[in-house]
Amino acid sequence: MSGIEIAPDHLQPSSFAFTEENLAKAKSTIAKYPERKQQSAVMPLLDLAQRQNGGWVPRAAIEYIADMLEMPSIRVWEVATFYTMYFLAPKGKTKVHVCTTTPCWLRGSDDVVKACKESLGIGMGETTSDGAFSLHEVECAGACVNAPVVQINDDYYEDLNYESTKRLLEAFKAGEPPKPGPLSERRGSEPAKA
Amino acid sequence: MLDIKDRIFTNLYGADTWNLDAAKKRGDWDGTKEIIAKGRDWIVEEMKASGMRGRGGAGFPTGLKWSFMPKNDDGKPRYLVVNADEGEPGTCKDRDIIRNDPHKLVEGCLLAGVGLGATAGYIYIRGEFHNEANILDAAIQEAYDAGLLGKNACGAGYDFDLYLHRGAGAYICGEETALIESLEGKKGQPRLKPPFPAMAGLYGRPTTVNNVETIAAAPTILRRGAAWFSSFGRENNAGTKLFCISGHVNTPCNVEESMGITLKELIERHAGGVRGGWDNLLAVIPGGSSTPVLPKHICDTAIMDFDGLREHQSGLGTAAVIVMDKSTDIVKAFARLSYFYMHESCGQCTPCREGFGWVYRVMQRMVTGDARIEEIDMLQQVTKEIEGHTICAHGDGGSWPIQGMIRHFRPELERRIQERLAAARAA
Repeated sequence: MSGIEIAPDHLQPSSFAFTEENLAKAKSTIAKYPERKQQSAVMPLLDLAQRQNGGWVPRAAIEYIADMLEMPSIRVWEVATFYTMYFLAPKGKTKVHVCTTTPCWLRGSDDVVKACKESLGIGMGETTSDGAFSLHEVECAGACVNAPVVQINDDYYEDLNYESTKRLLEAFKAGEPPKPGPLSERRGSEPAKA
Repeated sequence: MLDIKDRIFTNLYGADTWNLDAAKKRGDWDGTKEIIAKGRDWIVEEMKASGMRGRGGAGFPTGLKWSFMPKNDDGKPRYLVVNADEGEPGTCKDRDIIRNDPHKLVEGCLLAGVGLGATAGYIYIRGEFHNEANILDAAIQEAYDAGLLGKNACGAGYDFDLYLHRGAGAYICGEETALIESLEGKKGQPRLKPPFPAMAGLYGRPTTVNNVETIAAAPTILRRGAAWFSSFGRENNAGTKLFCISGHVNTPCNVEESMGITLKELIERHAGGVRGGWDNLLAVIPGGSSTPVLPKHICDTAIMDFDGLREHQSGLGTAAVIVMDKSTDIVKAFARLSYFYMHESCGQCTPCREGFGWVYRVMQRMVTGDARIEEIDMLQQVTKEIEGHTICAHGDGGSWPIQGMIRHFRPELERRIQERLAAARAA
């Protein structure tokens, strides 16, 4: 909520517009909502702008979206600053989100955090100097029976421990990320074989 | 113990694929047209008779909730909204339905839509479930392509549209009116109730919000009949339920079981038992983090249904069972939960916004015993000032864990305080 980081002026692009492909996506998104209710599209459009702009939403995109949806820009600012998945300043190209809520904590999220900090050489909320990775602490990720879990960009990696977390991040550094899911013997939420 | 033939979610673990052909082989979309032909009233009455209660945490009787939609049709839109904003710590069952059995949800949306007299449905899925959302989107598209949704859905003469909307990181959007606000393109800040969504919901129109599991179970209930569903579990606590068993068990997992199974059997039969054996158990949070904790002696005999847990001043909630063994620093566990409730406050009302910050700061000190004995009662008192005095149930949900901790683990809180005092004196 308050205290959200906003990129300084020298990092802000002077303008923003959707690519042709994204403009088509935006239009079909708006069409999902009833006539004159296009404000509903503000969240998906912010996500689209964030993806187009390398993982963060610049001021210009907020104004652009406000224009497109005929909303006062403050209403877009309210949404952009309310939800935790919108970043208003550049972070790592690869964002590592570690869940530390109690069910994950019970299964060793402290070790996962330790492994992340050691492997990436940064603390919570920080970005590596080459801009490749950023580390974020998140609230319950909704995969509790496969705890502990991390979300790396769009994918969940689960059933982690200290070693497998380190191996996971090394794989990402090498540009060869594994398939998302449990990094254990199981496929999903079934009980592991004895 | 639930027989395999009585399971609703036959692809819970994704052993089979999710797409339409596979789903049909598992029994989905079988006779949907005929069910729709039985009409809106039949559907609602059958859901009432089944005894199904909302699976999203509140346990409100589903058929009754559906009957709250206005009887008269004014020709303007009416909505089904599906709550797929699964975020209650411990809970991860809707994720499996969405990624492994999405057609149960899609068919459920259509049938619920008919029961509600809804013109369209919106599924609100949490933003973090990106890959799951892609699967659900594809399943909805499959249904449209096969004529199962849209104009004259299933050839039954009913028009019904279904859309997917992604959230962006806010537990509070799991509250039905905050979800509606978010769907409308605003901050997820809950509304005062009344008016309830059935009177004024999405875009001010009659709306019913239901959890994924509730809607996804509906087709099977309507196909096999209310009598079948209500044959499981005790009176007023009918049916089957997805349980999520996490924490200090040997094989954490999701599992579908009969309502009314004992906590002990659930953990020992399906999750490999408590780490180190049953006697190594310290406590269990039975229904997601908002439900008060149960110490071991209550876990010995607790029954997993709504009434069974109410008896112990707790609740079934989402049936997310969080198990803690004797290695757990129980105060730290609850301090981390109080951080969660503080973090997820939408900020609208003072008791929650200010109260949970205060609770968290006190809990941090309770971890190291850096408190006065009187502050334990003060902590209890403050949660009583929050509970029941907020716009939404987040105030209650964040208060109950602390109350449960004080109710059953006060000696541990006192012990830490005494120990720290003794150490200070000795120094």
